[in-house]
Amino acid sequence: MAVGGHIVTGCAHTAIGTVALLGTVDGAAIGHDIALRLAGRVLDIVAHFPGRPIVFLVDTKGQALSRAEELLCLNGSLAHLARCVDLARRQGHVSLALVTGEAVSGGFLCFGLMADKTYALADTQVRVMDLKAMARVTKIPLERLIDLAAASPTFAPGVENYLRMGAIEAIWDAPSAALLEAALADQQAADSRVDERMARGAARKGRRLAATTAVIVASS
Amino acid sequence: MEILEFRFTSQPARQGVDAKLCGVVGSGNLEILIQPGDDARACLVAVKTSARGFGQIWEAVIAEFANRHAVGGTRIAINDMGATPAVVTLRLGQALCEYIGGVP
Amino acid sequence: MKESSATRLPRRLRYFEATARNRVAAVMDAGTFREFLPPEQSQPSPHLAVLDIPGSFDDGVIVGAATLGDRPVLVIAQEGLFMGGAVGEIHGAKIVGLLQRAVREKPAAVIFMADSGGVRLHEANAGLIAISEIMRAVLDARAAGVPVIALVGGSCGAFGGMGIVVRLCSAVVMSEEGRLALSGPEVIETVAGVEEFDSKDRALVWRITGGKHRYLTGDCDELVDDDAAAFRRSAIELLNDWKEPSSSVAGLRAEQERLTSRCQRFDGLRDGLDVWRALGVTDPQQIPLMDRDSLVALKKELPA
Repeated sequence: MAVGGHIVTGCAHTAIGTVALLGTVDGAAIGHDIALRLAGRVLDIVAHFPGRPIVFLVDTKGQALSRAEELLCLNGSLAHLARCVDLARRQGHVSLALVTGEAVSGGFLCFGLMADKTYALADTQVRVMDLKAMARVTKIPLERLIDLAAASPTFAPGVENYLRMGAIEAIWDAPSAALLEAALADQQAADSRVDERMARGAARKGRRLAATTAVIVASS
Repeated sequence: MEILEFRFTSQPARQGVDAKLCGVVGSGNLEILIQPGDDARACLVAVKTSARGFGQIWEAVIAEFANRHAVGGTRIAINDMGATPAVVTLRLGQALCEYIGGVP
Repeated sequence: MKESSATRLPRRLRYFEATARNRVAAVMDAGTFREFLPPEQSQPSPHLAVLDIPGSFDDGVIVGAATLGDRPVLVIAQEGLFMGGAVGEIHGAKIVGLLQRAVREKPAAVIFMADSGGVRLHEANAGLIAISEIMRAVLDARAAGVPVIALVGGSCGAFGGMGIVVRLCSAVVMSEEGRLALSGPEVIETVAGVEEFDSKDRALVWRITGGKHRYLTGDCDELVDDDAAAFRRSAIELLNDWKEPSSSVAGLRAEQERLTSRCQRFDGLRDGLDVWRALGVTDPQQIPLMDRDSLVALKKELPA
């Protein structure tokens, strides 16, 4: 394993073969540099290690907030990273993402949520925005948001909410090679082309409307 | 938010076949969905509005509209984000116009 | 003799201030649009009702089928005037369903009229997950050979997760009025201060995120006037010769090179003026004043 500039790379030898490790550490803020270096590593894996499973490690405070980054179209570099992860899937690499610290907004979208399945360690922080900022922007009183958050997983920060809504497959108490191997082996047996998160959200009753709505539009 | 429901007797509207939507739920604006209803001599109206306490004004505005135009046999549903009575009246007229395919 | 749809006189409609429904009617072949899950079959979102917000029957996005230049297309049009066009659970699911339909029906294209600030905070988690599902669905449609053409020219532009989605599309058409970026200037100003980004300086905002800048840097493919007919023509022309490329290591490696060397080349720059000067524009101050045709001609003259 090697860590450089908020990026971690490496490989692990497991019961199912060698597995590539790639991701961010220390709550990295994702700008062009990190996004493009991650994308380059994904392309290296696809080019040189056909079929190698990929584990994405996710610890990010979200996208970098900078005028210079926006000037050069940061959404474009994040899209490029997402496309590389998607290419890996189409070229036969199974993947999973593991949230180890924070997973926030755009930083989470561009690779963590692009893997076949996403897992998270307990006590990790998964969110779009903290409740105080949300109250300020939406002009809804914070007390009201806190009240509602008790009954609904739809908007408040929390890894359990993302589990209930189908975006996170499972929460692990601690990282373990056995759990990773089992998850990857499951993925190798599954049809990874299908995005199952809507169905999972419906089955777990955390996100019921999405699945029924999409089906109507897809086939009416 | 306040939810209001009204029923006004009105002359039967010229027959519309399809539902029509008019307007957008932006600030100070509203959307109106008008479609065929079951009661040929009445118009049923359901309003969802972001503001509270304006029930009487809504009733007055829509009553005036149902009195002035033939809207019997229709169902109207409104989602409102703070439109003034003038804007409400305007949109009602636009919605009816589209529904019957001509000048009401 | 039946007049072909491409030569019928288009309705004159300013794209920026138009509603999503009016944009669809003006851009698509007249009278051909059929809406999926129309308002009379829909209810406003319960997630908004619980927050005392009436919501909208279509939850701020219209999806359906139409023809464009006599070609069958599927259509997505976000309503920027409703809650900033932001993506909630139902809104996002309509878009995903439409893209899934495209994989099955293989229309000539999906036309994606994006006008959105990104995730709807009132449904933050649902919105974020939905955008992730949209990202995968766009790539699925493209992998099935269906181009997804993004039109960006509304008051919200395409920000946040929608900014990422737009850059996953096959091509992007923007007007000068359109904006395309990731974080909104207000957010950057709130977190990093007005020195970093004065969000009230409109000219600056458009030099950083606006259509002319994105066109000159190649972050959008076409620049059009603020006119539904111009968006229509541009989309039809794009589809005339379109062959959706399949993704490959080589293709993405080339894109990787382009993006990396561009970051190196423009490292440290903070204003569109600086980038345009570095691109070879002799009088960058003129760019915001130029009309569309002159800018397109100027871009053709720039060194590669």
